[in-house]
Amino acid sequence: MKFIIAIIKPFKLDEVREALGAVGVAGMTVSEVKGFGRQKGQTEIYRGAEYSTNMLPKVKIEIAAADDLAPQIVETIQQVASTEAIGDGKIFVLDLAQAVRIRTGEAGDTAL
Amino acid sequence: MIRKLAYGAGAIGASLFAATAAFAQEATEAATEAATAAAATATETAAAAATTLIKAPTVEQMATMVNKGDGAWMLVSALLVLMMSVPGLALFYGGLVRTKNMLSVLMQVFMIVSIAGLVWACWGYSLAFTSGSTPFVGGLSKVFLTGVTSGTYAATFSNNVYLPELTFVVFQMTFAMITPALIVGAFAERIKFSALMVFVVLWLTAVYFPIAHMVWYWAGPDFLPDAPTDYGYLWGMGALDFAGGTVVHINAGIAGLVGCLMIGKRIGFGKEATPPHSLTMTMIGASLLWVGWFGFNAGSNLEVNGVTAVAFINTMLATCAAAVSWAIIEQIHHGKPSMLGAATGAVAGLVAITPASGFGAPMTSIVLGLLVSPICYFFVSVVKNKLKYDDTLDVFGVHCVGGIFGAIATGIVADPALGGQGVLDYTVFPYGVAEYHMGAQVLTQIKAVLLTIVWSGVGSAVLYFIVDKTIGLRPTEEAEREGLDITEHGERAYNY
Repeated sequence: MKFIIAIIKPFKLDEVREALGAVGVAGMTVSEVKGFGRQKGQTEIYRGAEYSTNMLPKVKIEIAAADDLAPQIVETIQQVASTEAIGDGKIFVLDLAQAVRIRTGEAGDTAL
Repeated sequence: MIRKLAYGAGAIGASLFAATAAFAQEATEAATEAATAAAATATETAAAAATTLIKAPTVEQMATMVNKGDGAWMLVSALLVLMMSVPGLALFYGGLVRTKNMLSVLMQVFMIVSIAGLVWACWGYSLAFTSGSTPFVGGLSKVFLTGVTSGTYAATFSNNVYLPELTFVVFQMTFAMITPALIVGAFAERIKFSALMVFVVLWLTAVYFPIAHMVWYWAGPDFLPDAPTDYGYLWGMGALDFAGGTVVHINAGIAGLVGCLMIGKRIGFGKEATPPHSLTMTMIGASLLWVGWFGFNAGSNLEVNGVTAVAFINTMLATCAAAVSWAIIEQIHHGKPSMLGAATGAVAGLVAITPASGFGAPMTSIVLGLLVSPICYFFVSVVKNKLKYDDTLDVFGVHCVGGIFGAIATGIVADPALGGQGVLDYTVFPYGVAEYHMGAQVLTQIKAVLLTIVWSGVGSAVLYFIVDKTIGLRPTEEAEREGLDITEHGERAYNY
């Protein structure tokens, strides 16, 4: 099993979710996050008081998937979330040791 | 009698001339001529009307001089000014602080309004609007509203036009409510609630009521000719303040500046980011202030006539102009016009037009609005950063600076040569038109501004000192970091 973490631009979330649904992803966790990478921050000015924010808002998607589905998921996210500009985000893939469905106690691939 | 001019065709021509081509020499001359001609007509009309006017009417006679329209408008105006404080000012300020201090600001404004209302009825009205032994403060004859009933009446600016006195009491009450509420912006996010409430009661008594008395108290047009010294100090000096540029804005602005200096900077000022938590709230608040301000300015005419309309349209136009000019400055300076800038500009315009609203003309009001924004912008974004005082919500930079500009400019825009309303001579019965000298009037305006600054500055400093030594003005460092919502009020503004 793989655990996929993708950091994407917030406005790409709906598109990514639709595309992943078509690939066969049954569930995901989404959170609003902040961070920085190569993309520059922005400057806010309130009555002459300047604040430069280095942290930009992004969306983090977490998906647990079976080994054979993982490459397809990564590819889909990469293609759909790309705008070919800096700040498009990153995808991380981790090995997942175990997954348990709380309701039934099922474990492994069947729990996903 | 300037009021009556508006009915003469000559005067309409004159003000149009003056308004559209105020800066052209020949137009100014033509306007002056036309105004003189109209004044002659007006004097005749007044002479004819004088036969029916009653000098120093009895209470029974006053009862027949009350107009239902005036009364209705003044009660609505009182509500509009209340709406300026809650929720207008509360939201305008609240949106500008951090989430952890939102409720503290809302609560401070809400409770100041409530406490000021009680203080006003108990002794404020008497100290502000009765004749005192000195021209600096009123007497105690109407404490606890003694003798003020449904059968007593308050004077307006016209001979033989009266308002139910309780209507006047409640209208002026709303001014005493909003003025101390304005101050809290200067030291928002770092004041102990209980100390602030005590300060407000003392400040109203020692600073606000005397200044209101000095600027606004006089015997009224039917009584002044027989009691030629029965007025407040600044009123007698001839200072013009239509709706409260000195009494409300300069007064609160200076008290705020002194407060923010004496209380000190917020913890982390200049190091931590303290951006506004909701400019949406601030926009809603500024808009409510804008709407409510028509009660404040147009209501200050105390009756409904041509001058009420003058104050109304001047308030509208100055505000539009100031919002536009603030946005333009930001566009030039930063490349982006901000919502906060537009809202701040609108408030600056409202502040500047307040003393001039019933005296200026529509076109001079636009000029006033266009000019006030650059001045206030300079103070909030350059002067404040240079001098590094922590006036949290720019009470000084917007209200005091805008108020001073408006108060002095009133002396210019009131000139009939510029289409202004001029000044009236109330020492004769019925009242007549006084000659207008712009230079002398501007000088009088400056004196009134200085007196307000000194009275309010010194008075406020003494009161802050007393409260600080007895109760303590500042919450603990821990409480300030945690946020005043939780530590002072035990609740949170937003529970998601």
